Amino acid sequence: MKMRGKTLMSNSLRIAWKDLMELFRNRLGLVMLILMPIFMMGMVGFIFPSNNSLNHVKVGLVNQDGLLGGPTNASQAFLSVLDQMNSQTGMLDISNANDLVGLKDSVQKGDIQGGIVIPSNFTQCLMSHRQGTLIIVTDNSNPQISAAMQTALTAVFHQMGTMLAQGIVANATDSSPTDALAMVQPYNIEVEGVVSGHTSYFDFIAPGIMAMTVMMSVMTGLPAAISQEKEVGTLDGMMVAPINRLSIIVGKTIAQTARGLLQGVLILILASVLFGVSIQGSILLVFGLLLLGVFSFVGLGVVLTSFAKDQETAMMIMMTLMFPMMFLSGVFFPVQQMPWYMQSISKALPLTYAADALRKVMVLGAGIPQITTELTVLITFGVVMTAIAVPVFKRAMTR
Amino acid sequence: MFIFYLDILQRFIPDVFALGNESIIVVQNLTKAFGDFVAVDNITFDVKKGEIFGLLGPNGAGKSTVIRILSTLTRPTKGTATVGGFDVVKQDNEVRKLIGIVSEKMIMYNRLTARENLWFFGSLFAMQKEELKRRIDELLELVQLTKWGKAQVGKFSTGMKQKMNIIRALLNMPQVLFLDEPTLGLDPQSTVEIREFIRKLNREQGTTVLITTHMMSEADLLCDNIGIIDHGKIVALDTSTNLKNAIAGANTTILTLEIANLTPDLLATVRALKCVEAVSQENSSHMKIHAHGDGAFDSIIDSIRAKKGNIISMQNIQPTLEDVFLHITGREVRETADQKIPLAEHPRSGHGFGNASRGRRR
Repeated sequence: MKMRGKTLMSNSLRIAWKDLMELFRNRLGLVMLILMPIFMMGMVGFIFPSNNSLNHVKVGLVNQDGLLGGPTNASQAFLSVLDQMNSQTGMLDISNANDLVGLKDSVQKGDIQGGIVIPSNFTQCLMSHRQGTLIIVTDNSNPQISAAMQTALTAVFHQMGTMLAQGIVANATDSSPTDALAMVQPYNIEVEGVVSGHTSYFDFIAPGIMAMTVMMSVMTGLPAAISQEKEVGTLDGMMVAPINRLSIIVGKTIAQTARGLLQGVLILILASVLFGVSIQGSILLVFGLLLLGVFSFVGLGVVLTSFAKDQETAMMIMMTLMFPMMFLSGVFFPVQQMPWYMQSISKALPLTYAADALRKVMVLGAGIPQITTELTVLITFGVVMTAIAVPVFKRAMTR
Repeated sequence: MFIFYLDILQRFIPDVFALGNESIIVVQNLTKAFGDFVAVDNITFDVKKGEIFGLLGPNGAGKSTVIRILSTLTRPTKGTATVGGFDVVKQDNEVRKLIGIVSEKMIMYNRLTARENLWFFGSLFAMQKEELKRRIDELLELVQLTKWGKAQVGKFSTGMKQKMNIIRALLNMPQVLFLDEPTLGLDPQSTVEIREFIRKLNREQGTTVLITTHMMSEADLLCDNIGIIDHGKIVALDTSTNLKNAIAGANTTILTLEIANLTPDLLATVRALKCVEAVSQENSSHMKIHAHGDGAFDSIIDSIRAKKGNIISMQNIQPTLEDVFLHITGREVRETADQKIPLAEHPRSGHGFGNASRGRRR
């Protein structure tokens, strides 16, 4: 038994060596292998919206206030607070415009993306204890920008209001500005993550992409490689050798896993160099999880290999399965955002658990105790699929 | 080289003495169906140790399926087959140790070098490293590909690839070699080389060979016994000579003569000869003659020369597979229902037929 296991393994390694040799001799294929993760990261990193993606929105400003002149001019105070906040966030690029008509014209031309109009009675209203009103001119075709402008201006007003109230309360009660602030605004929010430091959409997405690349490369690579050899005829060369049929699968899986891990490592390097993603947990655990993910997927790949008669069919089945998996496994979008029926599909996919566990380890620095559920699911899935796959493959190979 | 032959000799001495009697392949009531399509229909035959056995038939007749079953690549639906006494289903790994297979498709990885390919396939047979290395050297030398050992197989010509394909099948020193259309798509030069290699292998090392072909001339040149297979059934099984006689009908010969000054008068003279059954004029200089009897050649030539006919060339036409089929099955070779359609650039009947002068160039 031990002897048989040893020959199975050594034959598997021979087949893996052969597959990898073929892979590395294929120059174009190798270039694609390296380019794929780069494109993937680039795409995801720069296309998907993130918190600070709305920068330098071009805005026109029409100030009709100030007819009264003098230091009490409220519009001046507003503009200085706006400038101060803007210098921190760099959100708006403000340029001056003459009047409302010119502003709308510029928006239509696309020179600016929106405008702020301070009406002529702005200061007057405030002085006479009425609300001062600003007009925001928005580009109806771009609701996102108008929302962002509203948010920014609301924040400016909020801060101005707070400062105003703070000053009044401080004067009236004769207390320090800090005490006055606590009186005006007793509640405050402070955000603190499980792990210190700033997290971005990228930290969320990088582990998912890694898991997906490695697992997909095995799931698609295995059927493609075997059906290709079947079509070319070289599979017969291995089939007529007195070796265990399993070593063909095991060997090919080793080769595909190596290929997938190579891409996974590339993604990790790119993510940390270009987007500042770091691994909080153990790097060994990360690789262990990737391998476990591969194990959970191999059975599925083998079953598909056995059913697909040729390479084309194999690829079509793969494509059909790949897309739902990509979008339902919470790689790009959090599962919690999905409606309940989609969530239940998501829970049936092993990639969901692999991506989840990997995210916990990489972003939250989790160890094995925190990811036992995911580990159990992945191992169970792998064992069940392998148990189905082995007899199916053996039968399919000697039809 | 010398060590190689010693080695082989040691291995095969018992077989050489047993030659001619013992069956190494026994096929009984073998049937293989793919759904409703019966590819192999209840066939029975055996192959003697040390012989070259040919399975002759048109495309889609079931030749390849027989080879695939015997080489353990496909399971039979019904019936049994043994190779070297081992059952191809129950003792498949034992059978695999005894056989080598050259299938119609090249079993070679284009991106690996010749040596890497041989090393890979050889290592699957659990050979010792030293032994395998020596074996690869010998085999490459045998087909004169030693200097190409480190070149990628993808860059080889079709003929070179097929040589590689054959020596790959010989890595484990098989007792039985299965060859599925080994000269298909090769140029005449390579075809001759491959055939000679097969004959040499059989003669010098006593390897039993089971070869499939759709070319009568190939079966005729190589095989001791020929089984003609059609629609999955073996319709005739005999030696080449016996089959040919049966096909040709007694001792009829078919000739084409090229005569520079072919006249109607000359045609009439030949037609009048006793030994001549039929004469037809092919074009301005060629005529085709069906003749019988031992002295047919002499009397035809004499009569032409007596009329001052200027004979440029003369060709003895071999019965083709079409003739074989016409004779045995009473109908033409089916052109439809072929599983394997030949590639346009490799016309299957383009070489090997009839023209004996081509086959004897060297």
